[in-house]
Amino acid sequence: MLVFILKRSISLLLTLIAASFVIFFVIEVVPGDPASFMMGFEASPEAVEALREQLGLNAPLWERYLSWIVGLLQGDFGTSYTYKVPISDLIADRIWVSLPLAAFALTLSILIAFPVGVLAAAKRNSATDVSIMGATQLGIAIPNFWFAMILVLIFAIQNRWFSAGGFPGWDEGFWVGVKGLTLPAISLALPQASILARVMRSSLLDTLDEDYVRTARAKGLSRRQALWRHALRNAMIPVLTIIGLQFSFLMAGSVIIERVFFLPGIGSLVFLGITQRDLIVVKSVVMLLVFAVIVVTFLVDVAYAFVDPRLRKGR
Amino acid sequence: MRKPSYLALVGTALLLATSLTPAMAAQTDITVGMVLEPPNLDPTAGAAAAIDEVVYANVFEGLTRFNSSGEVIPALAQSWDISEDGLVYTFNLPSGVTFHDGTTFDAEDVKFSLDRARAEDSTNAKKNIFEGIDTVEALDANTVRITLTKPDGLFLFQMAKGDAVIVAPESAADNATNPIGTGPFKFDDWVQGDRVELSKYEGYWGNPVALEQVTFEFIADPTAAFAAMMAEDVDTFPNFPAPETLAQLDADPRFSVVVGATEGETILSTNNANPPLDDVRVREAIAHAIDRQAIIDGAMFGYGTPIGTHFNPSNPNYIDLTGQSDYDPDKSRALLAEAGITDLTLRLKLPPPSYARRGGEVIAAQLRAVGIETEVTNVEWAQWLDEVYKQRDYDLTIVSHTEPFDIGIYVRDDYYFNYSSDEMVAIMNELNDTTDPAARTLLIHKAQQHIADEYVNGYLFQLAKTGVANSKINGLWENSPTQANDMTGVSWSD
Repeated sequence: MLVFILKRSISLLLTLIAASFVIFFVIEVVPGDPASFMMGFEASPEAVEALREQLGLNAPLWERYLSWIVGLLQGDFGTSYTYKVPISDLIADRIWVSLPLAAFALTLSILIAFPVGVLAAAKRNSATDVSIMGATQLGIAIPNFWFAMILVLIFAIQNRWFSAGGFPGWDEGFWVGVKGLTLPAISLALPQASILARVMRSSLLDTLDEDYVRTARAKGLSRRQALWRHALRNAMIPVLTIIGLQFSFLMAGSVIIERVFFLPGIGSLVFLGITQRDLIVVKSVVMLLVFAVIVVTFLVDVAYAFVDPRLRKGR
Repeated sequence: MRKPSYLALVGTALLLATSLTPAMAAQTDITVGMVLEPPNLDPTAGAAAAIDEVVYANVFEGLTRFNSSGEVIPALAQSWDISEDGLVYTFNLPSGVTFHDGTTFDAEDVKFSLDRARAEDSTNAKKNIFEGIDTVEALDANTVRITLTKPDGLFLFQMAKGDAVIVAPESAADNATNPIGTGPFKFDDWVQGDRVELSKYEGYWGNPVALEQVTFEFIADPTAAFAAMMAEDVDTFPNFPAPETLAQLDADPRFSVVVGATEGETILSTNNANPPLDDVRVREAIAHAIDRQAIIDGAMFGYGTPIGTHFNPSNPNYIDLTGQSDYDPDKSRALLAEAGITDLTLRLKLPPPSYARRGGEVIAAQLRAVGIETEVTNVEWAQWLDEVYKQRDYDLTIVSHTEPFDIGIYVRDDYYFNYSSDEMVAIMNELNDTTDPAARTLLIHKAQQHIADEYVNGYLFQLAKTGVANSKINGLWENSPTQANDMTGVSWSD
């Protein structure tokens, strides 16, 4: 087990180093100068130049890469060009929107997908199965931003149960915060739940066809008992993989939903960073996201090992 | 006091309940929707319009300021004297003015602010408006004398801009994130990416304001803006980004829609140095190929006023020159033939605003009708600034020039139009040296006429200010003579 974790840790580190190169240098290639963006097009050239100097944009590329990396290692993400505040502050504020949102959406997704997936597998080829498959197909096909707008139309504009967007902040109280994230979480969860339910179903069906399930049945277990005791645990590996991927996706990929609901999250921070050429924000946040994704993948790998003892051998 | 009696609790609850009942008194808080979030809150160190849209007149004040119709009125300077030769301005400042951190405002703060703005290492985006200042002297606590190097008819106008607000030496460095001014509202909180909160400053020296709380909420997406308005999450959206929904909002008795004018001359900017655009006949041909009304209808849902030169139609000095470049495709074709142009393809680069993206499609179709092909590229603002504005790697672009009275850009020799004319320079120089209003009007007419005659750019329309507000709100600006959301005169009716 230890060897397994050690090996995984080394590959984690190498991936991070490679990612930092790609992120830094690819983003440098993007046309557009942060200083001239900040000053606008009526600004005098001297003022723009003074700002470039102030932001340290005139230093050579390598120097800036090294100071960025050294900063990151010390937990210093740098200072945003546009907001002029430490990026760690920006992230700290927004992580409390994005992380709960991702967790909320993932929880919803799991809560919907598990029973639905198991039900569909247990009642293979029945009318229930067919309608679940149809519904999940629809859930995958519907774009989440469109679904979000429909939710806003019904629950914010017509019924006024929720606000159309924005985030009140956790200081207003836990349930106020949860309420503020409900519509976004539902719109994020729908396609994820559909995918997860389908994976759940097909993975279960695969294991139900395995020899050991047949043996269990032969031993006298009912179909349901065999499913719960033997098939379910073995069917979890692909499901865990998908959950891991979904969490990474929800953390990094909620840009559009954050825009529809004008939530101050990580996704909208990256989006703003890109449009305003606040490159240091983009680099640091993307790096953080890469780190998060790699760590989640790592944890999923470790979780496999728990579910499947064969993987612990550390091939 | 450890265990409050039930009676006290009930009493407090009742008090709270009654004080929260909206029927008791008019509402005193307002949520204002804005499309763009300001990058920082220091108007003296950034050009972004969104900065002034939050802090202008609300948090910061200058010596002078603009009112809702664009006139320059006294602000921190209650009155002033101008010497005969137009060189020396003596400003009288009120006493008892304090900054939001409690420090006293006096003439030294004015001297500090102006000296800081024109210093060598200043990052003031409008550094050039301070160039004419020779010295700033604090004569006593309530008197400032500013001496100019040469007369400047626009000096009081320039001092009304957000870039010239008065800041305190104690707090100036932190204004980007914690703005401290002398205005009627003080800064409370900024949740980056979401909102800025202001509240009434009790120590304000001027007329007290009606509102207690002002929240600026940033909503970039037009559909989300509409939803927020409909759900009454925001009370007003002074520059509403979804013109296609204005009819629906107008029909709703909860809201009122006000269409006013902005300072935004929306033009088809032309690279005057790129052949064949250096030929005035070709530029004139483009001008006649454009049907302005079709662009206003197609791209702006009918909101906008056609212009024939680079000047605001609501300004009294405006002259209507649209007839000089009216829609006449035949004339356009004839001019192209005369210039010997066949197979012309021009690169049209479009920044993100809908006036540019939608307007660009209409213009591309109109140009094709007279035989000019366009190669349309959509660019982001940062890319636009780099490729079009800085490197001038473009033929045509569409952009709204939102500075008030910015006809002076036609004599900037480093400007992205690549246009230069000695005659125009002479007109503008004479204008700068003239203080007599009648003579100024004549020169301003002359300047408008000159750039229209030269067809420097395709003059399209004046951008409309399409504002939506809860019907119970009074005192919002109808027009936008400068980029501001002045909340000082805003109140709710019961």
